[in-house]
Amino acid sequence: MTLATGFMALPRNLLRLLGETVVALVLRPPPWRTVVTQMYNVGFRSVVFIAVTLGFLGLITVYQGCIQALKVLPDLSMVGAAFINVMIMEFGPTITALMVATRVGSGIAAELGTMVVTDQVEALEVSNTDPVEYVVAPRFLAVVVMMFVLTIFAILVATLAGMVMADLRFQVNPHTFLTLAYVEWGDVYIGLTKVFLYGVSIPIIAAESGFRASGGSEGVGQSTTRAVVNTLFAVIILDFVVAGAAFIIRMQFE
Amino acid sequence: MTRVLLDVLGTFGQVSLQACRVVGGLTLLQTRILLAMFPPDFDYDETVRQFFKVGVKSVAVVVATALLTGAIMVIQSGNSVQETGATGLVGWATGTAVLSEVGPILIGLMFSGRVGANNTAELGAMVVTDQVNALRVLGMDPVRYLVVPRFLSMIVMLVLLTCIGDLFALTGGAIACQAILGIDQRVFWQSVLDSHLLDEMTMGLVKAFVFGGAISVVSCYFGLNVKGGAEGVGRAVNDSVVTAAISIFVANFLVTTIWI
Repeated sequence: MTLATGFMALPRNLLRLLGETVVALVLRPPPWRTVVTQMYNVGFRSVVFIAVTLGFLGLITVYQGCIQALKVLPDLSMVGAAFINVMIMEFGPTITALMVATRVGSGIAAELGTMVVTDQVEALEVSNTDPVEYVVAPRFLAVVVMMFVLTIFAILVATLAGMVMADLRFQVNPHTFLTLAYVEWGDVYIGLTKVFLYGVSIPIIAAESGFRASGGSEGVGQSTTRAVVNTLFAVIILDFVVAGAAFIIRMQFE
Repeated sequence: MTRVLLDVLGTFGQVSLQACRVVGGLTLLQTRILLAMFPPDFDYDETVRQFFKVGVKSVAVVVATALLTGAIMVIQSGNSVQETGATGLVGWATGTAVLSEVGPILIGLMFSGRVGANNTAELGAMVVTDQVNALRVLGMDPVRYLVVPRFLSMIVMLVLLTCIGDLFALTGGAIACQAILGIDQRVFWQSVLDSHLLDEMTMGLVKAFVFGGAISVVSCYFGLNVKGGAEGVGRAVNDSVVTAAISIFVANFLVTTIWI
């Protein structure tokens, strides 16, 4: 098994797992109650974490933005508009996805890895239950839905934090700060596309890594680590691909 | 109604107590690390091994992250450049954002996922299989033998990796500038050189220093406090990366506000 074959095998495994999950979701939808439980695990339990990290991100972005803007010209009236635009297009979806990847991605991998090394997955197969259908499908659906909810929440928290920073430190009126002047529908669509792709990729990559766990507690640790790195990196790659594609498409239209 | 209220209060209390326990444990571990370092009394061979493991193995992931980060920031600033036509500002905007904020944060997060999580998993597996207790039986202090080498190597290596990352982020920005924005990359490099970014870069490296320390203390704390078997290790890795992410964002805020 060389590195090259490993590189070739990973996308194929991921696509197969994605296909199996979608087919399982369509043909045999998981019980409503499990999906809601997973949504609680994925969404509600990440709220404090996301609020803290994105709150600090909002504070620091406005702080840096105002200081850099003051170097060029002494007018801060458009800082809020630019900040909200960047939040919707770029930082809101991406940083939220990075946080969800760290918390939920590693959680899914740890859970699945534990199930694999303690033979619970084999027990499922023996009792004629598809582990993808039983374990992966509800988590997949929960992450895809909750990514949208958490991103909207994150953008709100970051905007509030940024508004407080702008008001207290730079005396920018909240009325001036809270404006959608720079936001076009295209920006919102770019943000939503990113959120959807992140939501699809995070649970699949994490689950694939969890399924590959082997050995005892060491194996679980390794598969969790792999899940964190792979999901974080996938988010950054997807961000680059979507941003680049959107930019090129926009240039064609103008 | 009262039950819901009590539930919320109970959860709030539980979370607060848990946070206090973690912060207290982290402070204690940090104190013990400093006590072991002054006067220096820790394992030299293990330190060299950790330098290699931490540094060399994360180069690839840091370079890839940095290239993409620079490119993403150029594309973002490209939107406003297209409207105003101020091509000379791309290098300034990208350089400031990447060197002072986005670069250190993203490299720190990747480092925490790659090295911090790995470290927690490794220490956790050692705790679960009683290897740490075996060290204690042999009269070796786990902090001096295991934690201090990791602490030192993560700090030094994250600073060095951020230096490499800064270079590759600017390179990625230049490539994206030419390939996607269609602006000659000489304009980009000239704009970077003209904007006097030494202060921003120094601040980014200070941040890397702080993040490296935070990630190592957090990951060692959660690794050494694993309870239960395989399930405990998985949960510890999860807690470790989450706490490291929080500390990265909080430390980033503190360093920036103190610096400027």
